Amino acid sequence: MSARETTLATIRRNRPAGDHPLPEIPAFAPLVGDDLVAEFGERLQRMGGRVAEVVPGQDPFAAVRERLDGAAVIASAVPEIAGNRDLAQVALPADLADVDVAIVRAVFGVAETGSVLFTQAELQVNAVAYLAQHLVVLLDPADILVNIQAAYRRPDFARADYAVLHTGPSATADIEGVLIHGAQGVRSLTVLLLPRTEEGVGERSATS
Amino acid sequence: MSIEDQPRLSEPPAESARGQDGRPLQHAEAATKPVAVKAPREAQPRGAKIRGDRPIDQAEAAERFLAAPLHQAAHDARLWDLRTKRDTAAFGIPEWEELRELASAIKTHTLSRLDHYLEQFEAAAKANGVHVHWAADGADHNRIVHGILKDHGARSLIKSKSMLTEECGFRHYMATTGIEVIETDLGERIQQLDDEEPSHVVVPAVHKTRFDVAEVFARTMGTDPENDDAKYLAESQRMHTRPLILEADAGLTGCNFAIAETGTVVTCTNEGNADLSGNVPKLQIHSIGIEKLIPRIEHLGVFLRLLSRSALGSPITQYTSHFRAPRKGTEMHMVLVDNGRSERLGMEEFWTSLKCIRCGACMNTCPVYRRSGGLSYGATYSGPIGLIIDPTFNKRKYSTLPFSSTMNGSCTNVCPVKINIHEQIFAWRKVLAEEHQIPLLKQGMMKAAGQVLSRPAAYRAAIGAADSALKVLPRFAVYNPLNTWGKAREMPDSPGRSFHSWYKQNRMGKKAGAKTSAAKKDGAS
Amino acid sequence: MRIGLFVPCYVDAFEPEVGIATLELLERLGLDVEYPFDQTCCGQPMTNTGCHAEAAATEALFVRNFTGFDYVVTPSGSCAHQVREHLTAIPQTPEVTAVRERTYELVEFLHDVLKVEAFPWARFPHKVAYHSNCNALRGIHHAKPSELNAPAFSKPLDLLAKVSGIEVVKLARPDECCGFGGTFSVFEPAVSAKMGYDKVADQARAGADYVVSADSSCLMHQKGCADRVGVPLKFIHIARILNGATA
Repeated sequence: MSARETTLATIRRNRPAGDHPLPEIPAFAPLVGDDLVAEFGERLQRMGGRVAEVVPGQDPFAAVRERLDGAAVIASAVPEIAGNRDLAQVALPADLADVDVAIVRAVFGVAETGSVLFTQAELQVNAVAYLAQHLVVLLDPADILVNIQAAYRRPDFARADYAVLHTGPSATADIEGVLIHGAQGVRSLTVLLLPRTEEGVGERSATS
Repeated sequence: MSIEDQPRLSEPPAESARGQDGRPLQHAEAATKPVAVKAPREAQPRGAKIRGDRPIDQAEAAERFLAAPLHQAAHDARLWDLRTKRDTAAFGIPEWEELRELASAIKTHTLSRLDHYLEQFEAAAKANGVHVHWAADGADHNRIVHGILKDHGARSLIKSKSMLTEECGFRHYMATTGIEVIETDLGERIQQLDDEEPSHVVVPAVHKTRFDVAEVFARTMGTDPENDDAKYLAESQRMHTRPLILEADAGLTGCNFAIAETGTVVTCTNEGNADLSGNVPKLQIHSIGIEKLIPRIEHLGVFLRLLSRSALGSPITQYTSHFRAPRKGTEMHMVLVDNGRSERLGMEEFWTSLKCIRCGACMNTCPVYRRSGGLSYGATYSGPIGLIIDPTFNKRKYSTLPFSSTMNGSCTNVCPVKINIHEQIFAWRKVLAEEHQIPLLKQGMMKAAGQVLSRPAAYRAAIGAADSALKVLPRFAVYNPLNTWGKAREMPDSPGRSFHSWYKQNRMGKKAGAKTSAAKKDGAS
Repeated sequence: MRIGLFVPCYVDAFEPEVGIATLELLERLGLDVEYPFDQTCCGQPMTNTGCHAEAAATEALFVRNFTGFDYVVTPSGSCAHQVREHLTAIPQTPEVTAVRERTYELVEFLHDVLKVEAFPWARFPHKVAYHSNCNALRGIHHAKPSELNAPAFSKPLDLLAKVSGIEVVKLARPDECCGFGGTFSVFEPAVSAKMGYDKVADQARAGADYVVSADSSCLMHQKGCADRVGVPLKFIHIARILNGATA
């Protein structure tokens, strides 16, 4: 017998007795207040991320302008800003090793945890969200969901080849509990609250 | 690579290791103090001695751990801190206990129809373009993964943390193949470079101080042996590992949850290393214990709220990654590993241990674990969950582990899937005694105790004959010929007479009178 | 109401005054208390070591001694837990299950069955740390354990609140096990003792003069640890305080 058949046969032989129905999951009352934007920002901050509101009419990237100005390689996966590394032309993920800042749009945010969701569609090259030194995330305030339970009712997870919730930057506390950002992945994660538009924001912003 | 080469970007203070409000961050920072700088260097205590199938002497290894007070104190404080953070996180959710109940019920249901869900998972994964493999045991898993790597001519493999691959002895197996395996979780990498097993399922190097890590990194990566700053050490590791990640031919991850309806593998990490393993190389492999199945995506809404809060006290891990289908031009393999799980399913008293989601909460709360170190258990799984899982792998070798517990029950109360851990520890002791897997001395002592305690006259003689507690305690109370009590504790005072003789003197024959004299009208309701 | 008094072997040998206090207290409360003279032990040392067969004769003796009482009361959470949850080495006849169901630890008996409102004779003008024996806490539910997100309650603290002059201090690790663990204390002496040292250090740091518990076994272990490392704590069973001991 193959390993598959042996395992399945053993499971059938050993199946625990009794009826064990799958429970219904109740809709739990959200633990966050009505101001989802504020709740999202507060929780993201506690997870090591940073959120910046965008003032209409002003440079939407003002909060990260200094970082962008100091960056040699910028990979943008959003129409709101042009980078200098075209993700469509990347042959191998490892070619993104020198990216200083990556900019991507989140599918949605989650207020309960301060998380943002990406799929392969937003990232274009999945690895960019990990190999870049810093990650800048565009999030439409209207796309903030109340909690994790609501997030998992969305169809994105079942459809996407790859879907990932980021909650702050890469972190570790493996040495004496000292918190360090940028263990392997990005050193920082900044969320810019920028509404979606048909073709991005009106004015396309140059990188410097 | 020296540390000066990177990073080119300066770090603005707003994004430093603290939140912008200056408060300690909630998600990972310990509230414990670092080991004092001026502390004398103390060699890291090593784990239990492994001698084939001979029973692990956990008590001996624990005693050596305790003989390293700096390590022991830091270990205890760090893990207690995690337990405290877990409490805070859990108490912030009114439905916490209901979530535990739900998680437990979902796991029970899934395990009761595991064959069905595995077939559903396999079909979904195949439809997603994933290659699905089945491994009967650890050796099978290692051969399968090795075979996949060979087929692709891979020379190096990056991997994220996986207790399953530890269980399979994967790293040791691969050492003989000429294919390099690189752990990418910081703690796991420290352990790999030190040629030591992880001591904890979530924080693998928690038994090491930063001095130990500085020594390991200096020896293996050429860092400054005098620099024990945690940030320097972590950054050095990043710089050292990154080229290995970029050049790797394949990546391997473990699996926190496998979704039957969609064929998705979910990993939960804080470093993002599972995502690097899955997204950088052309070939990705996911090793999955068959008990990791849950029916539907929506069930993640229950488990994810429990996992990181139980483990670290954070609301969620930094990364929750859902791998469903290969990237364009790459291959994705999933290996479903049994390794004794299907047999464990048939163990009436022990099958619910398959519900475990490897959060480590039981270890953090365990007072014995915190004072012994995970390596003292000499097994892949240490602490309370290890005590009840390890004997299913090797009953003789791990026969001693269920006795490394006071059965205080705290583990059961923190378990997010409500495994009755301390009751299973109790049940294992019975199984092991019945199968004569406990030392003859211990069983002999219990037999003698049982004979005395079941005969009032013999019992009275044992107490009455002793003229001091020193003799009474070992003989009567525990029948321990070694007097291990007195080694570390003072003996109790001898009261001079037993309750029994007091009663005989004061109450026998004049019971009614005695009662009346002591009885008072007040007090009773 | 006929009450059978079970005096655990540790209490019998090392702390007879706890047995005396329990007896006197129950009598003060107007109960008819009998002490079956041939009693020995509940079988816990053997059962907890996995040796159930070796415990069978002791368990049978326990049931013989305590059959026919309305309640069996014992000043030990650990022994009450053993009888109620683990006295299973002998066939579970109606006689056996009746004895098991009727066995109560003293605190829960006073709190749940007698519902005692006051102990007017009790005065204990000291700062005390309360030690929850793990079996009393998580086995027979003396109080809400620190791990659970549930409403707080504590039967022993409810009773101590009725003692005048007493002040209960707060521990950093309120219900951490003290390391006694029955035969664990002799088979893993190093870890057991270290847990005890840490426990008494926590109690002393909290400012306690006395440690109070419903279990003599934990107290005996902690006293042994405190005396060894020179922590000046005193240890007293809750039965003695409720019966009016003042020091």
